[in-house]
Amino acid sequence: MVVKPLTKNIDMSRPPMSVEQYQGAGGYVSIKNIANGLAPEAVLQLVKDSGLKGRGGAGFPTGLKWSFVPMGDNAPKDKYLVVNADEMEPGTFKDRLLMEGDPHLLIEGMIIAAYTIQASKAYIFLRGEYTESEKALSQAIKEARKAGFLGRNILDTGFDLDIVLHTSAGRYICGEETALLNALEGKRANPRAKPPFPQVSGLWGKPTIVNNVETICNLPGIISHGVQWYQSLTKGIDHGTKLFGVSGRVKTPGCWELPFGITIREVIEEYAGGMQDGYELRAFLPGGGSTDFLLPEHLDLTLDYDEIGKAGSRLATGTMIILDDKTCPVGMVGNLMHFFSHESCGWCTPCRDGLPWVDQIFIDLEQGKARPNDLQVLHDHVEYLGPGRTFCALAPGAMAPLGSALKHFKEDFDAHLSKKCCPYGTH
Amino acid sequence: MSSKVIASTSIKARPLSPSEIDEIEHEMTLYPDKRAVGLEALKIVQKHQGWVSDESMLAISRYLDIPVSDLEGVATFFNLVFRKPVGRNVMLFCDSVSCWIMGCESIRKHINDKLEIDYGETSADGEFTFLPVPCLGDCDRAPVMMVGPDLHRNLTPEKIDKIILDYSNKPGTGKTE
Repeated sequence: MVVKPLTKNIDMSRPPMSVEQYQGAGGYVSIKNIANGLAPEAVLQLVKDSGLKGRGGAGFPTGLKWSFVPMGDNAPKDKYLVVNADEMEPGTFKDRLLMEGDPHLLIEGMIIAAYTIQASKAYIFLRGEYTESEKALSQAIKEARKAGFLGRNILDTGFDLDIVLHTSAGRYICGEETALLNALEGKRANPRAKPPFPQVSGLWGKPTIVNNVETICNLPGIISHGVQWYQSLTKGIDHGTKLFGVSGRVKTPGCWELPFGITIREVIEEYAGGMQDGYELRAFLPGGGSTDFLLPEHLDLTLDYDEIGKAGSRLATGTMIILDDKTCPVGMVGNLMHFFSHESCGWCTPCRDGLPWVDQIFIDLEQGKARPNDLQVLHDHVEYLGPGRTFCALAPGAMAPLGSALKHFKEDFDAHLSKKCCPYGTH
Repeated sequence: MSSKVIASTSIKARPLSPSEIDEIEHEMTLYPDKRAVGLEALKIVQKHQGWVSDESMLAISRYLDIPVSDLEGVATFFNLVFRKPVGRNVMLFCDSVSCWIMGCESIRKHINDKLEIDYGETSADGEFTFLPVPCLGDCDRAPVMMVGPDLHRNLTPEKIDKIILDYSNKPGTGKTE
């Protein structure tokens, strides 16, 4: 039985599979299942039963998200499926692998999702810089259309679907689903107020589902092999497999499809080969730049959404960033603050004005110009830009590494103040 | 009142080229609303012209019937729409966290020394524009950067030297015409 449903076809030493090769490897079976009489309600039930949670960072149950879309004869005729392929979370490199390695898997998943909510048009919102993904997806969409998996009356189901590949022009905030919808409509990518939620009023005011690439890539397996198989994959609490990655000063950085429930230690020490010679693990961000630092004492935690949550951080994108003992934690957080400050969309005041202030304090710390009270200003920002204080999750995300760094690396912040420079030397 | 003309009114829209129009028309078939094509049109013009001049901006505004202020709002929002001329090759240098941990600042310094440019600048010979870019999503092969559409991984000073040499000797990627 398949144990790596997301990456089984991926071999980056060759081009991705063509539609024929993909079908030969068991691809598009789920669409045939649908054509054999699986109704949208039945697909929705399978996805709900599978326990699939969104892989974009928030971990919201996918079936529940879909269930808010109006269905039936009175529902709006136009609905949209949008795939969030705007991967830009610092330290996150998982969706690229899926799109460049096996683009037909994403297309198959999109057909399932669009069929379930009865959307006849789907957009892939792809990061403009992902030129290789663009090539792979364009080619795969063409092939899928030719093979009859896209277009009108797909496999005689009466269901139509077109996929448009939209390439963006670079802004992190586009990963926020309502900002993404504004960007797709040709507007500045400021987030929208919720409610109404996109499921009811999304793209051009129509019911819209926005799902992450990896989330969508889970669907073909669930529909082809069933809920029982899907739930047998995990070693822990959450169901299915997940792409986990490690970057930083480890021996073999990379991204691997692994079952939920394996320990952080296994990923860092076995898959990533442990720390490079001469470096020790100081701390790590478990799921990209918007997560709280965890420490070596957390290595035996299992990778499940709730387990990481209980330790005070988030599983988020599942791509870990390693802080070693030779790298300045203040510099690392300063780098993140610069990113978030630059990528604030400017819509709400705390984020627009708060993040550049934080960024400037980190520059001052680095240059020995910071004042003792500045650390209190940083603490204040962690509170003022925290969850519920801003229009969207960007600033609270930025405060996660900052707040945890102030707690765990107090002596390093103090050393920057007392020595009036970075004690780790220049970077 | 004097008859002084404000600068923007003296700018005339330039005619869009047939291939620009073809590509914009194609995009218009993919979206139910013309306004959605604004960013696409900016990118199309940039692909052909290398950047988006005021004259191009006005041309798109008229062609799609989008107020120029709205279009400018979109153009200045996105990192990859260039409102100033750029070099033949645009270097998008990842300066985010994993690349920073893996020493991208020393690579940046090498580029500074080699081309005598820093972020936002274009080399004297017009070959390279150097820009920082948020996380390029290739963190297991950090440090990384793009030159035009190409991704370059595991950067070292030696690799930078070769990249500069290679791109200096081949047709630019910033402009296709």
